[in-house]
This record gives sequence, C-alpha cells and structure tokens, in this order.
Amino acid sequence: MSTRRRRRPRIGCLSLIAIVGAALLLALAVLLRPRSLPQPTALAVGAPAAAPRTALRSPASFMAIADPRARSIALFREAGRVIQHPRCLNCHPRTDRPTQTDAMRPHMPWVSRGAGEAVLPCATCHHDRNVEAAGVPGNPGWQLAPSEMAWQGQSLGDICRQLIDPARSHMTRAELLDHMATDDLVGWAWHPGGERTPAPGTQAQFGALIDAWLSTGAQCPA
Amino acid sequence: MPIDLSVNGRTRRVDDDAETPLLWVLRDTLGLRGTRYGCGIAQCGACTVHVDGQPVRSCTLPVGVVESAAITTIEGVAGPEVEAVRAAWTARDVPQCGFCQSGQVMSAVALLRTIPIPSDADIDLAMSGNLCRCATYNRIRAAIHDAARAGSTPA
Ligand code: FES
Ligand code: FES
Repeated sequence: MSTRRRRRPRIGCLSLIAIVGAALLLALAVLLRPRSLPQPTALAVGAPAAAPRTALRSPASFMAIADPRARSIALFREAGRVIQHPRCLNCHPRTDRPTQTDAMRPHMPWVSRGAGEAVLPCATCHHDRNVEAAGVPGNPGWQLAPSEMAWQGQSLGDICRQLIDPARSHMTRAELLDHMATDDLVGWAWHPGGERTPAPGTQAQFGALIDAWLSTGAQCPA
Repeated sequence: MPIDLSVNGRTRRVDDDAETPLLWVLRDTLGLRGTRYGCGIAQCGACTVHVDGQPVRSCTLPVGVVESAAITTIEGVAGPEVEAVRAAWTARDVPQCGFCQSGQVMSAVALLRTIPIPSDADIDLAMSGNLCRCATYNRIRAAIHDAARAGSTPA
C-alpha cells in the first residue's frame, strides 16, 4: 500500500511537468508564429476639419445690432481677429524679444530690443521685402512695436483700452486709424510671404472695421 | 543685366540674377569662398559679410539690393580691430573645425567697431546669431575680450 501511495504522486508530478512544458512550448509557438508586418491602410475619408474663417465681416453686417455700444464692441471683436493673429502679435511681444511662426515661439536667433538693437539689428537679416530664397520676411519699416504696446498675453479688452490710451499707443485716434488702415508694415500681415498664414481679410477691410469701431465710440470688450 | 558690385574695394561686374543671394555671387561667381554657406536661411551666421560697415547675412540679401553698397568679406576686412581679433584668435586657438569662423570674425570685428570694450552681455547679444557646431563659444568670448583690451592699450 505504502509503495503504491508513494508512486502515484511521482506519476502526477511528471505529467504536471509535461503539461507545463507543453503549455510553454505552445505559448512560444503562438508568440513566435510568422506574422505579416502591418500594412499601410488608406485613411478613412471623413468631413474635412472646419477651416479657420479667413474673411472679415463688413461693418454693414453689424448694423443689425441696435445698441451702439454693443455694436462697437462687436466691431472690435471682429477686428480683434486680426489684432490677435500671430502675424501681428509676433511683433507686439510682452518681452523685448519678438516671437515667430504661427506657434509664436521665441525668435531665433536671439534678438532683443534695446542694447541688442545696437549690435544685432533687425537689418542683419531682414531687408525691405520678403526674400523668398532665404524665407526671411521683410519690409522697409521692419521693427518691433514699442514695449508699451505689448499685446501678447493681454485680453482683447486690455489691448483695446491700450489702443485708445494715447500715453501707451502714442497715437491720436486719427493716427491709430491711419496706422491700422494704411501703414505698410501693418499691411505686411496680409502679404507675409513664404508659408506664413496671412491675417484674415484685407487691410482695407480691417481699416473699415477700425473706422466703424472708432465712430461708434471705440467701446472695449470687458 | 550686369550688376556692378564693390567688393573689398574693387568693382566687380557680375551677370547674376538680381534675386540671387549675395552669398552665392561671392562664392560661385567671384570665387571668394571664405564666406561660408551654413544654412541659407539666416539661422547660423556663417555667411556674415559687411555691407557699408554693417554685419549682414549674405544668404538673405539679394545681390540686386547691394549694387551701390561697399561689400567687405573675410578676404578683404582690414583695420586695427581686425589685427586685434586675428592676434587674439590665434593666441586662444579659437577655431576647432573652422567652418563658422569667418562669420564669427566678421561679427566680432563689427561688434568691436560699435562697442570697443564690450561686456559679456554685449558679446552674447552681438554673437547670438553666429552658431558654432564645435561650441567654441567660450573661446570666442574670451578672445573678443582679449582683442578689446589689446585695442584699448596704446601701442
Ligand atoms: S548661411 Fe546665412 S545665416 Fe546661415
Ligand atoms: S569651429 Fe567648427 S563650427 Fe565653429
């Protein structure tokens, strides 16, 4: 009896080892089975993502807003689509250093207003027009806005209040309109060259919005 | 249309398209290969020359724009600042591979002509557009200080 009892477990142990071994072999065989590499597949064609609105609304399209104050704010909000565009914000930085590209990353190389201007002026690389061969933008008036006119990091309302504050904008309202509607450097934002995204609309449409905003009392968003 | 250029004090007539970057006219048409092509997009400073005394990246400058300007390249730059920079560069063994160095020298000379005794901050601001893939920046900065001291000491 005792001999039989001793033999039984030995048989059980051997078969257990055999089962585990077989399972391991099977698992290995499954894992190492020849498989084909992932093949390229066509992307599912869905509805294209909504393109950003590139046109500007005309002042006339705001006439339905009866309250002049609300209309003035709505006009400025539409103009704000230009003001807060990277083509404009890049040269209205909050520091002495401009930014660049639609991502508004710090300008490379390191250039800086003030002391930096004397030793590494914009004209080292930027000329009076866009130079497509080198991808470098340019304009005869290429320069940063004054530091009091920093727009980056400001709300649209704060930018608005800054624009109508002569101590910071250094402009009367007539000069402000002229700057926005006809200044050639401002106009560069619609003809930036290369693959840069132009500001929405045209400078003339933008000027018309600023004109309408000023003549409705230059009201600012909160 | 031929373009008359003033390069290193000599008038040179070239027949390149007015939109050709000055860098290519200097290197390929005039054979002045001391000015280097690094990036072609105003990011490295290897192509720096002086136009009417100002340091300019020649890869971004259409040759038609500089018809009436005085262009100076590394081959023709001269004067006390240049001698001081040459001596300091040699004493400090500034170059590693040397590729960027003509641009570095042109920027350093222009800096010393603007600020004869520059601070570290002045040097960093002026030289930030001149990249060196061998990272000789510390030696460049030290050599500019040496050149400034040499320039300010009466001979
Ligand atoms: S080649 Fe002109 S800046 Fe690099
Ligand atoms: S010495 Fe090699 S890139 Fe400057």
